[in-house]
Amino acid sequence: MNTSAIEMKGIEKSFGTNPVLKNVDFSVSVGEVHALAGENGAGKSTLMKILQGVYQKDSGEILVSGVPVEITDTFAARKAGIGMVFQEFSLIPTLTVAQNIFLTNEPTRFGLINDAKARALATEIFQEMEVEVDPSRTVESMPTALWQLTEIAKALAQNAKVLIMDEPTASLAKHEAEGLFALIERLKNKGIAIVYISHRMDEIYRIADRITVLRDGSRVLTESLKKVSPEQIVEAIIGRKAAAHLTHKDRSAKISKEVVLDVRKISSGPKLQNVSLQVHRGEILGLAGLMGSGRTELVNTLFGILKPTSGTISINGEQIDISSPQKAIQNKIALIPEDRRAQGLVLDHAVTENLTLPLLDGLKSNGLLSNRKILARSKEIIEQFDIKLAYPGIRVGSLSGGNQQKVVIGKWLGTDPEILLMDEPTAGVDIGTKSEILDLVRKIADSGKSVILISSELPELLSVSDRILVLKDGHVSKSLDRKEIPSEEFLQLAIQGAA
Amino acid sequence: MSTKTSTNTALNLLKRFEWQQNIIYIGFAAVFILFSVLLADSGFSNPNNLLNIFRQTATISIMAVAMTYVIAAAEIDLSIGSVAGLAAVVTAMTINSYGLIPGILAGLAVGAVSGAISGGLVAWLKVPSFLVTLGMLGLVVGVARWITASAPVPIADQNYIFIFGGGDLGPIPGLLVWVAVAVSIGAIVMNRTKFGRHVRATGGNLVAAGYTGVKTAKVKFMVLLISGMTASFAGMLYAGRLQSGRFQWGTGDELSVIAAVILGGTSLFGGRGQVVGSLFGALFIGLINNGLILAGLDVSQQQVVRGAIIILAVALSRKK
Repeated sequence: MNTSAIEMKGIEKSFGTNPVLKNVDFSVSVGEVHALAGENGAGKSTLMKILQGVYQKDSGEILVSGVPVEITDTFAARKAGIGMVFQEFSLIPTLTVAQNIFLTNEPTRFGLINDAKARALATEIFQEMEVEVDPSRTVESMPTALWQLTEIAKALAQNAKVLIMDEPTASLAKHEAEGLFALIERLKNKGIAIVYISHRMDEIYRIADRITVLRDGSRVLTESLKKVSPEQIVEAIIGRKAAAHLTHKDRSAKISKEVVLDVRKISSGPKLQNVSLQVHRGEILGLAGLMGSGRTELVNTLFGILKPTSGTISINGEQIDISSPQKAIQNKIALIPEDRRAQGLVLDHAVTENLTLPLLDGLKSNGLLSNRKILARSKEIIEQFDIKLAYPGIRVGSLSGGNQQKVVIGKWLGTDPEILLMDEPTAGVDIGTKSEILDLVRKIADSGKSVILISSELPELLSVSDRILVLKDGHVSKSLDRKEIPSEEFLQLAIQGAA
Repeated sequence: MSTKTSTNTALNLLKRFEWQQNIIYIGFAAVFILFSVLLADSGFSNPNNLLNIFRQTATISIMAVAMTYVIAAAEIDLSIGSVAGLAAVVTAMTINSYGLIPGILAGLAVGAVSGAISGGLVAWLKVPSFLVTLGMLGLVVGVARWITASAPVPIADQNYIFIFGGGDLGPIPGLLVWVAVAVSIGAIVMNRTKFGRHVRATGGNLVAAGYTGVKTAKVKFMVLLISGMTASFAGMLYAGRLQSGRFQWGTGDELSVIAAVILGGTSLFGGRGQVVGSLFGALFIGLINNGLILAGLDVSQQQVVRGAIIILAVALSRKK
């Protein structure tokens, strides 16, 4: 049982004068799921990129099945049996599943590609995986959950002995994630070693055998999950007594009785039906629900991205028309969208440009935009939200996920909104920044603004919300005061529709 | 200690310097010096020759200013060359029938109408600009040939000729003044106004810009409208300089203009727009044309060398 599939010993790596990995040991046994955790920038992805041959180690040793190997490039990694399931899928949408699986490695007959054979081989792999995917379909015609299975099949087709999975459930719905866990279990039994990178503690406990935590480039913990508590792991990740952010604190400011946002029987398409809600001044309203329950549709409708087909929206007692984001902004509503890279930021532009895009009217002198004012305003926001960057003109795309999210939040709070809609603001953000963002949400509400917060992480939702609405199939299934919710399990049951 | 800090600052500045976006200035200077030395005997650095380069590239430079906006918004306009041709013949015909002012207005109206049609289709019906403006290219040439029966239309109005490209202000060719005006306005609007920012945000990330309250459809409409009107203005300059309107004026200019914009450091994928860079891109192309003629290459050789240099320069200036 305890034969190593992969052993990395004393790995060191620096970028310039900046050491990112310091004497790191990491090993995965045959048939083991080994979780790799750490904050963004802790060195996880650098370590995995060395294993994949994207980066070269400065020193140290890598053994595959006990034999030392030099992984000089990605081809060498693949030859050594290291497969990667990419977070951002590496498939070509217009090709079929079988064509993708055997890309650059196509079975041929008389020198021509034999698509029928590729399909047959792909079918065999899927049968081995015990999943149903039609290899003759084009990738773009399938739901994204099947893309991931195709990625895994692609790695297996190259005889991978080790699979690296980076946040594999990030884009999956609950039942799809269940399917993936079952598949991981089967792969384990076939002797495949799996490196599982995740921020989600429940998943790690569910499927991993061991965990290694990296912090600031050093390995701080490697332990069997049977012997380590979640608190110990979180502490290892952030390096201080933590998790305080996940306990519910009574809010310092009182919530007023004044209704700021009054939504009556609003509908938009099939995914949002007759939803009514009220938010008071200084209140944090949590939105819970499964994927596809209409949470995102609700906030998008309140921000004018989706058009309401019926119902009314009133702010401070006055009925308003929100048919476009411009109108929402005029009515002092702001939205931190779900996908910051696609919807929140122009990644190729400077931090200053991103921060000031909704604020340009106030940054003019003599009728023209003033670069001095833009920089000064940006510096204020950067300082206020403690955004960590080398200089304000740096490309926002080069920042870590947490800092990118702070840029999105900073950009919107700069417009001084009365109502702040936040759609999964902590997704893909490291734990340290998560707690900063949650503190920020409390502070925003304390200053008299109203917040609607969507989060799939229930402890997070429970820690900040004053009230929680549970959405199911596009309508409100429950409205719960925070005090009425005794435990996370209770809320989980409410979401699943069993309570 | 303080010298160390200052070298560090200098190093940091050097690191932040974006080579790809600014390579045009280096390339321009290098080619200029090279030609000055190699072609000294052929009169390359003679002031008259240099003014000539400016004059010959004026229309390309002006259209490149507008194309910078189109490309920064992640769109393309392939119809500018033929819009210039139609504007030239419409202006000439209208001047001959109704006089100077109606002629100028009619010329600008050509670009306004074609730009508004293309812009409307791209912005609100979401037809790709590549297809819309490719269709518009053919359509507009057809109209120009139709109304003139493919014949040139001479212009006799001396005021028109003086204003639009034929005249000089003292030693300075009028065309140069127009280029200076277009580039100045273009650069200021791009860098120092909300509209310029919104154009780059739209091209940089359409969805994020929309989520931030930028009216992205209107931005797309506006850049194509501006491009159309600028193209018709360039066509009117052709008509003034060459004292006639012909449908061929401007034919093929779209390729030179797009090359100039990309050379100047604007990203073909949108999100970046460097108006001054586009001017230098246009001048760079002019410089090469001029140098190759002075070097005594025949037309076919010029085409080969010019093509190779443009490919090389675009490869160096393109986004990573």
